[in-house]
Amino acid sequence: MASSRPRGGSFSRNISSAATTQIPGVKLGPNGTSFLSSGIPDLDQILGGGFTLGSLVMVMEDPEAPHHMLLLRNFMSQGLIHKQTLLYASPERDPRGFLGTLPSPMASKEEKSHERPAEQDANLRIAWQYKKYFGEQNSEGQRGGKAEYCNDFDLRKPLERHFYSGQRVDCISLRDSPNLAPLLERCSTFSAQIAKSDDNITCASRIAIQSLCSPQCDFSDKDWEMLSFIRSLKGMVRSSGAVAVISFPPSLVSPAFLKRWQHLADTLISVKAIPDEDKELAKLLTGYQDMLGLLSVHKVARINTQVPAILEATTFSMKLRKRRALVLECLNQAPVDGSSGSSYGTSGSCSGSSKTGNLDF
Amino acid sequence: MDNSRANLLEEAVGISKGGRVVVVEDCVETSGAFVLHHFLKRSLYPDTSDVVIFIAFAHPFSHYERILRKMGCNLTVHRKTHRFVFLDMLTLECPDRNGKETRQDGLLALYGEIEKAVEIYSSLEGSRTITIMIDDISLIEVAANGLSNHVLDFLHYCYTLKAKYGCSFVTLNHEDIYSSANTLPLILQPEYLADVIIKAEPLATGLASDVHGQLTVLNKGSVCDLGDSSSKVRNFHFRVKENIVDYFYPGTQT
Repeated sequence: MASSRPRGGSFSRNISSAATTQIPGVKLGPNGTSFLSSGIPDLDQILGGGFTLGSLVMVMEDPEAPHHMLLLRNFMSQGLIHKQTLLYASPERDPRGFLGTLPSPMASKEEKSHERPAEQDANLRIAWQYKKYFGEQNSEGQRGGKAEYCNDFDLRKPLERHFYSGQRVDCISLRDSPNLAPLLERCSTFSAQIAKSDDNITCASRIAIQSLCSPQCDFSDKDWEMLSFIRSLKGMVRSSGAVAVISFPPSLVSPAFLKRWQHLADTLISVKAIPDEDKELAKLLTGYQDMLGLLSVHKVARINTQVPAILEATTFSMKLRKRRALVLECLNQAPVDGSSGSSYGTSGSCSGSSKTGNLDF
Repeated sequence: MDNSRANLLEEAVGISKGGRVVVVEDCVETSGAFVLHHFLKRSLYPDTSDVVIFIAFAHPFSHYERILRKMGCNLTVHRKTHRFVFLDMLTLECPDRNGKETRQDGLLALYGEIEKAVEIYSSLEGSRTITIMIDDISLIEVAANGLSNHVLDFLHYCYTLKAKYGCSFVTLNHEDIYSSANTLPLILQPEYLADVIIKAEPLATGLASDVHGQLTVLNKGSVCDLGDSSSKVRNFHFRVKENIVDYFYPGTQT
C-alpha cells in the first residue's frame, strides 16, 4: 500500500497536467475522454480530473439537508464562467430563481495558489524526496490551465448577473407537466444544438436536474417512465458533448428501482448531512465541528475502459474553508484513547508511525 | 505465468463449443462487463471464423472498440470482414403511444434483425459458431417500459436460435436489481436455462487496488457430461487491467 501510493499520485498528476484543449473548461483525460470541472477542485481531484464528458452523474440527496444543492450550484456556476450552455430543471415553480443562488468565483486567485503549496509541505513531510517534483508541477498547474479549468467559489457571494443574463441558460420547472415527455424533448433539442460532429466537440454543455422524483412532480409515481427517461438522457448525453447531473432523494425511490438508477449512473455520489450533536462521531473524527456533511463516491465513470477506478477513500467530509469555499477532505480518525478495545488497531498504528517518524529524523 | 492465470476463467468455463448459454451477473459495486469483453475477444480469435452479434444497450460502439483494441482485437476490422455485427440499441425506444403492442413490436423487430443476421452467417460455408451477446438485459426491460414478460419472450425467442442454428449466448445482467418476488423471473429463468453462470461480486472486505473482486463460476454443462459434480463451482479473485485480467485464487497473488 505504502509503495503504491507515490506511484498513484504521480500517475494522476500526469493526467491533470495534460494539455488543455481549445474549448474552455474541457480537459483531456485518458482513453480519449475529456473532463468537465465539477466546480469543486477537490471533487475533480478525487474523480481523477472531473466529470467525464458524456457521462451521467447521479447525486443521492440527503432527505434532511440540501447539500446536493451545493454540488449543483458549483457545477452550474462553473459552467457559466466557462460560457457553456446550460439546462436546469427543478420541481420549483420558478426554476430561474436558482440562478440567483449561484456562487461567485473567488476574487483572489493568489490567495489560493499561495495556500496550496503550504498544505503540500505539511503533507509531504515524510516523503521529502518527492517534494520537489510535486511542488514544481503543482505550481505550474496552478498558474497554467488548472486555475482556469476549475475555480474556487465563494458561497457567500452571489454570481454577478451578467454571467447568466445571456441566452445560454434554459430553465424548466418539472411541476407543470404530467409526464416527462416535455422535459425529454427539451433535453433532446438542447443536446441536438450541441451535438458533436464525429469526435470534434465544439462546445461543452451541462444539464442539471434537481430532485427528479420529488413528490411535487406528477410523474413521481411512474417508476418505469422515470427510468426510461434517465436511460434516454444517458444516451443523449453520451452522443453529445455534455454532462448531466441528476440529484434525487433515494428514500423516495423503491429499493428495487434504486438499484436500477444506480446501475444507470456513470458516476454515483451521495451526500449526507451529519447531526449537530453526535457525541460518538465527534469523538471519532477530528475537525467534526467544521464539517458540513459527508460525501461518498460510489462509482466513477468508466467510459472507454474496463478497469474500475479504485479510490483511496470513498467518503470525504465537506467543509467550508474560511466560511466560503467548499472543500473536501479525507476523514481523519482522531486518536482514540485505549479504553475502547475495538479501536486498538488504529490507535496502535497511529502512534507507531509517528514514533518511527520521530526516530528517523 | 500470466498465461496460466488468464486461463483460470477459461478453465472454469470449459472448452468452447457451440450452443452454450453463459449468464454473467454483476452488481453496482463490481461491474462484470470485463467478462463480456473476454468472451468477445475469445470469439473473435483470428484462428477461428466465428461470428459475434453484439446487442448493445449500455454503451456505444466506440466504447467497446477502444477497450477491445487495448486487448489486441480490432472490432472495426472485424466489422468490415463481417465477423462482428454491432446492433446499437442505445436509443431503442419502444414507443408508448399505442400501448403494449408497439413495445413488443420494438423487441420483435430486434429479434427479426438478429434472426436475419444469424441466417445470413449460418448459410455461409465453413463451420462457424455464432455468438449472440447482450449488454445488458435489465436495460431491455427499461426500453420495454417494465414489461418483463415481453423481455422474457424475447429471450426465449433468442434461445430458439440455439436449437436451430447452434448459436451461443452470452448475456449480462445485474443481480442486485431483482430483489422483489415479481421481478425474479427475469433473473431466475435465464439462470435456469444457462450452462454457465458467472457472478462478479465485490470482496466482503471492500475494494482494494490489487484485488478488484471475485468471480464465482458455476458450470452446469460439465456436470452432466462427465458425471462428476465435484469442483465445478469455482471461486477466484480477479484484477482488471487495460489489456488483460488477472485471475488468481485467494491469497496466491505474488
